[in-house]
Amino acid sequence: MTRPLPEEVLPLDPEEQHLFQDQPRWSDRRVELALGALVCSVIALLVAMIVFVFVHAWPSFAHNGLAWFGPGGSVDDQLQTIFQSGESGGQYVYTFHAWPLIWSTILVTGGAVLIAFVASLLVAVFIVEFAPEWMRNVLQPVVRLLASVPSVVYGLIGVLVIVPFIGNHLITESSKASVAGVIQLSGYSLAAAVLILTVMIAPIMVSIFSDGLRAVPRSWLEGSLAMGINRWRSFWKIAVRTARPAIVAGTVLATARALGEAVMLAMVSGSVGFAPNPADGLIFFVEPSRPLAPTIITRIDDLASKPANQTLFAIAAVLLFSAAMLSLTGWVAKRSMKRYLAVA
Amino acid sequence: MTGVASPTRPTASPPKPGAAPKPIRRQTPPWRLVDRLGLVACWAMGVLFCAIAAAIVIYFLIQGLKYLRPDMLWTRPHQGFTQAQTGGLQDPLLGTLLVAALGMAIALPVGVAIAVWLSEYGRPAALARVVESTVEAIAGTPSIVLALFGTLIFSSTALGFLTRTSEGVVFGRSFFAAGAMLSLVALPLVVGSTREGLQAIPQHIREASYAAGKTKAATTRRILLPACRPQVATGAMLGLGRIIGDTAIIVVLLGATLTFEPVGSTWLTNILRGTGGTLTSYVYQASPTGELNQPQKAYAAATILLLMVLILNAAVDVVHRRARKAGSWSS
Repeated sequence: MTRPLPEEVLPLDPEEQHLFQDQPRWSDRRVELALGALVCSVIALLVAMIVFVFVHAWPSFAHNGLAWFGPGGSVDDQLQTIFQSGESGGQYVYTFHAWPLIWSTILVTGGAVLIAFVASLLVAVFIVEFAPEWMRNVLQPVVRLLASVPSVVYGLIGVLVIVPFIGNHLITESSKASVAGVIQLSGYSLAAAVLILTVMIAPIMVSIFSDGLRAVPRSWLEGSLAMGINRWRSFWKIAVRTARPAIVAGTVLATARALGEAVMLAMVSGSVGFAPNPADGLIFFVEPSRPLAPTIITRIDDLASKPANQTLFAIAAVLLFSAAMLSLTGWVAKRSMKRYLAVA
Repeated sequence: MTGVASPTRPTASPPKPGAAPKPIRRQTPPWRLVDRLGLVACWAMGVLFCAIAAAIVIYFLIQGLKYLRPDMLWTRPHQGFTQAQTGGLQDPLLGTLLVAALGMAIALPVGVAIAVWLSEYGRPAALARVVESTVEAIAGTPSIVLALFGTLIFSSTALGFLTRTSEGVVFGRSFFAAGAMLSLVALPLVVGSTREGLQAIPQHIREASYAAGKTKAATTRRILLPACRPQVATGAMLGLGRIIGDTAIIVVLLGATLTFEPVGSTWLTNILRGTGGTLTSYVYQASPTGELNQPQKAYAAATILLLMVLILNAAVDVVHRRARKAGSWSS
């Protein structure tokens, strides 16, 4: 098909004019600019979010200083006082010592990530290398299903199955009585929270780990096998080590998810601003607490009160900051490992 | 690879996976005890995962059969103290669909546009890197933080027309607000999946299109986007699953009321401007820790939710399989 030269068809029919325009309506330049503008506005939105959250959080941090992160007094009472000071119209109160919430976050997230990491690595290795075909075909949809079950459904299972089980079978009456003056042991506990959170974040780890393991060149493994090293050792020494960037990435993502999980933890963790004490022995695992993110959702009605609003934003700012630090650590770790790989 | 007897089974196996390694494996000495124990642990964990998933699905199917009645789907929920008084699930169900539609209406075009920019344009390179990390950062932001940020945006007076206002005070809770913030939850998934699809298209396809006189924009629209339709669909469905399952944003930005509470009288926009609830917020409220405290209703709602997720998962599988059947570019 030859395209007629403009001279041959002049004078131009107005309906065909667009065929010979230098700049069609959807020219590359315009499309690129439009897409670029959209992309920039998404960046602007993220920057706005970070700025706004920290600006709103500032009064709470400014009034408490570093004591914000420290222990002291009952968190729940402090939140209530802050809320009321905003409602009554008098001097705003900002005193807030979040240590029990932070400690609970560390315990729940740390516990879940630790358990999930071991389990997920084993499952990922299994899926990629050692599972028979039929098992692989079962496991992959299973992992995807577990990853997509809504957190509130996990929470419901926790509240109606796990929590009553812990409350009725794992806590003795004597241990309930031993802490009766301080907290109530009813099954809403650290153990339930960690258990369910583990099931929630493990599938994320498994899918990223197994993507990474699959990307390891087969020939590297074959080299090791040719040296007479068995499949198990070869895979762990070579594939798992090579896939370390993916393992870091998966762990970081899963940790971020665990940090931000609010609804499920609000349902099963006990919703008490109490710092579980490891010195309590086995009771430690069944003590109730409440991490940072669920605190926001349980106190969400306080948003109308200005100081309470700012305190909740301070909690959100801490979450945002930890999430950012997590991805930064992950990025640094991945970079250093990549360099190591390139040298090797 | 050719000509050398592969001592291990290739992962994505062509026809006969089990045949190759046998003679070689017989020559190797038996595994040490530690290695065998490790393999046993692998099997145990794999079986445990399957058992947990099976337990969840079977448990909810049983509870659903017990407590889910078809008439719940079209009766509205009420406040009440007994199972009989609290009515059905119509509003939460419609709320879930509305929120999903609103969220995807924003996330899909924006997500595809970002993916196209990243994969096809991506200049200047520094901006591209910033965009990549932005999308990652949005994915890593807890949804409760997004929700709080949403209360800030939507209680500004400029956006008062999207929510309930009284005497100059903007409430900032509506389907618009929740949908807009939920789109951010789905966005990274759409971007990631679409981008993967675009990058899988080999360069010569683009060059062929340019050689035929197409502009870059036309190539993207007519060639590249249709070619990666399965990946776009996958991303959209993954995002949809995330939107359906989110509770924090619903509780904070939708008010998590039992029924729709419309604002004004214009059709549809009155509902979209008003507060409401979804299945997730209904489960949250109806669980023993919530305000409604009707566990049997919570089971019913959670069963519907789980069924939706299962269907979405199956749909992703079907799309994948079809895409694979249609053939990859490298062949």
